[in-house]
Amino acid sequence: MADDVSDPPFEQFSGTATYIVSDDLRHAVNVAVALARPLLVRGEPGTGKTLLAENLAAALALPLVRWHVKSTTKAKDGLYVYDTVARLHDSRFGGDDVKDIAKYIKLGPMGEALAAPSRVVLLIDEIDKADIEFPNDLLLELDAMRFRIDETGREVVARERPIVIITSNNEKELPDAFLRRCVFHYIQFPTRELMQEIVRVHHPDITDRVLDQTLELFFGLRATPKLRKKPSTSELIDWISALKKSGVDLGRVGGGIPFLGTLLKTEADIELLGKRAKA
Amino acid sequence: MLIDFLFELRKRKIPVSTHEWMALMEAMALGLHDSSLDGFYRLCRTLTVKDIALYDAYDEAFLSYFKDIQVDSIKLTEELRAWLADPRNLETLTPEQQAAMKELDFEKLREMFEQRMKEQKERHDGGNRWIGTGGTSPFGTGGKHPTGLRVGGGGARSAMGVADERRFRDYRRDIVLDVRQIDMALRGLRRLGREGAVEELDLDETVERTGKNAGDLDIVFRPPRRNRVKVVLLMDVGGSMDPHAELVSRLFTAASRSGRFAKFRSYYFHNCVYNQLYDDASLRTGIPTADLISGSDRDEKLVIVGDALMHPAELLDPGGSMYLASTARASGIEWLRRLSAHFRSAAWLNPEPDRFWSGTTIEVIASVFGMWALTLDGLAAGVRYLVRGGERPRVGDPSRWVKAAGG
Repeated sequence: MADDVSDPPFEQFSGTATYIVSDDLRHAVNVAVALARPLLVRGEPGTGKTLLAENLAAALALPLVRWHVKSTTKAKDGLYVYDTVARLHDSRFGGDDVKDIAKYIKLGPMGEALAAPSRVVLLIDEIDKADIEFPNDLLLELDAMRFRIDETGREVVARERPIVIITSNNEKELPDAFLRRCVFHYIQFPTRELMQEIVRVHHPDITDRVLDQTLELFFGLRATPKLRKKPSTSELIDWISALKKSGVDLGRVGGGIPFLGTLLKTEADIELLGKRAKA
Repeated sequence: MLIDFLFELRKRKIPVSTHEWMALMEAMALGLHDSSLDGFYRLCRTLTVKDIALYDAYDEAFLSYFKDIQVDSIKLTEELRAWLADPRNLETLTPEQQAAMKELDFEKLREMFEQRMKEQKERHDGGNRWIGTGGTSPFGTGGKHPTGLRVGGGGARSAMGVADERRFRDYRRDIVLDVRQIDMALRGLRRLGREGAVEELDLDETVERTGKNAGDLDIVFRPPRRNRVKVVLLMDVGGSMDPHAELVSRLFTAASRSGRFAKFRSYYFHNCVYNQLYDDASLRTGIPTADLISGSDRDEKLVIVGDALMHPAELLDPGGSMYLASTARASGIEWLRRLSAHFRSAAWLNPEPDRFWSGTTIEVIASVFGMWALTLDGLAAGVRYLVRGGERPRVGDPSRWVKAAGG
C-alpha cells in the first residue's frame, strides 16, 4: 500500500438514517477503508450496491465522485480525455489558443477523484459492463493512486487516498489480478427482520399490519419457483409507495396482487404466477 | 498455524494468492478480526474469497479446519475479565462459594482457563472439568457451577453456526444456469473483425491523416467491428432428454439472440445424429446430415447438446436408429466421426451430471467430441476450447468399447 497517502482510522461507517447496513457489510466497508483497498460489492440487482457509496459519502461527509461504466467505456476515459476533435476544430476555424494542450484535456471521474483537493469517495459503478480487460487497465492507478497525462506530462497524484467502492452485477468474470487487490463483499438478500427495518426507514408511517401483509406477499413471491427475475428490495419499496398512493387495502383485496407490474418485470413471470394462482 | 488453513482453502479450489494472504495478515495485525473467530470468519472471507460461488467451499473449509474449536479463547478471556470485574455477579453467591471464589483469583482463573482451552481437544458436554455445556466446571454454558462463566452460548450467531448452515450452497457453480448466465458465457465465443460497409468514423486515423495532410481535414471511415464466429447448434430432443428440455431451451434462447454470431444455424436430432437432421423438435422436416457437412465452412463452430445416453446398439450398429428407414446405413458413431472430422472446433455439452458419465455410451462419444457438462463451469470451458483449442477432457475408458465398435 502506498505509504505517502494517509489512512483513516478504523470503524467509521455504520449506515445512515436512510440506509440500513448488515453487520457483515459494515465490517467489509471498514476493512476496505482500513486496508486502503477498493471494496468490490456484488449482489442481486436492487440490493443497494450503488446506494452504499452514496450513503458512505454522506456518513463520512465526503464528496462523492461517480463513474458509471458502460459497455464502451475505456479505462483511460476515466482518467482523462484528450479532446482532439475540439482542438482540430479550433485550429481550422480559429477558436482559442490551440497551442495550450492542457485546455483540451478533460479529467474523467477517476482523474477528478485523484486530483481532488481533499479525500473523496469514488464510486466505479457496474465495472463488469465494460470490456473484460477494463479492470486490469486500472490496476496501477488503483494501487498507486496516481497517473500521468501523456500529452502534457502532468502527473496527477492523490493527496488523500480516495475510498473506492466498485460495484458489479456478477455478470462477467473479473480478472484475478484485479480481484486480488480488492476487498470483496456479496450483499445477500435481506432477511425478513432486516427488510422490516429497511421498509420502515423508507415508509416510517407504515402500520405493523400492512408491513406484515406486504412482506408476507413479497417473500412468498420471491419463493415462487422458476421465477426469471425475483423482485428486489427497491421494487418492494416502490410497490409499497404505489399501494399507499392508491389507498388499496391489502387485507381487502381478493385474489391477485395489486400493481403486480412494479414487482415482476417479465411477461413470463406474470404468466407463471397467474397459472399458479389458478392451480 | 493459519498457513494450514490457507492450504485447506486452496485444496478446495479457492484461488487464494500470497498477496491476499499477506493482506489478511496485515488486517489481523491491525486487529480487524476483532480478536474473535467470528471476526476472523468474516475478515478472511472478505479478503480471500472473491466469488460468491466459492462461499460454500469456504464454509466447508472453515468447518473442517475449525471444527474442534467451539469457543474462541481470546474473546473468552475478555468475557471472563469483564464477568469477574462486575461485582454484581458475586452478590448471588453463598458465603462458602465466595470463599471458594477467593481461592480462585482472576489470574489463576485465567491461567486455568487458557490451559484448559489448550488441553481440550473436542466438544464437551457435562462433567466437572472441561469447557462445554452442562456440568459443574467453572467454564461453559448451561452449567451448574456457582461462578460458572457462560461462554459462547446465545447472542449473535457464531461463525461456526453460519458456516454450518451452508447458506451459500445455492450459489455453487455446478447447478442450473439461467438464460442470462448462458448469455454471458457465450460472449466468450467471439472473434471480432471489421468487415462489410464502411459506416463508422475512425477518429484516430482521421487525426493521423489530417496531420499528415498539413491540417486539411481527411476523414476516414471504417466498417464497424462485428463478431465473425459462425455457429452450428445441434440439439438432442425427446426421450431421456425430456428432463433437460428447459435447460436446453434456455441455451437455445441465449445462443439464437440476433446479432450474436455472424451466422447461426440450429438443428435437432433424436438420440444420436444419423443421416438426417431436423428443423424443429417435431422431427418432420430438415436436411440430410451430409448436406450440413458439405454446406458448412470448416471453421464454423459445432456445438452439440445431448445426454449422449443410448443403447450401445443405437450408437455402434449400422442402421441403429429405431426411427429411420433402412437408408440409415452408417452407424451413429460413424456420423459423429464425420461431423468431428469436418468441423475444426466442436464441443459437446452434456446436461447429464458428469458423475454419471463413466461406463455409458457417453465414454464413446466423449472420445470423438470434447465433452463438457452443461453447467456454468462446463460451458465456460467448452467455449474456451472452441475459441482457443487445447486439451479435451478424458472421460472414462473408451477402449473397452472398441471391440464392440469394430464388430
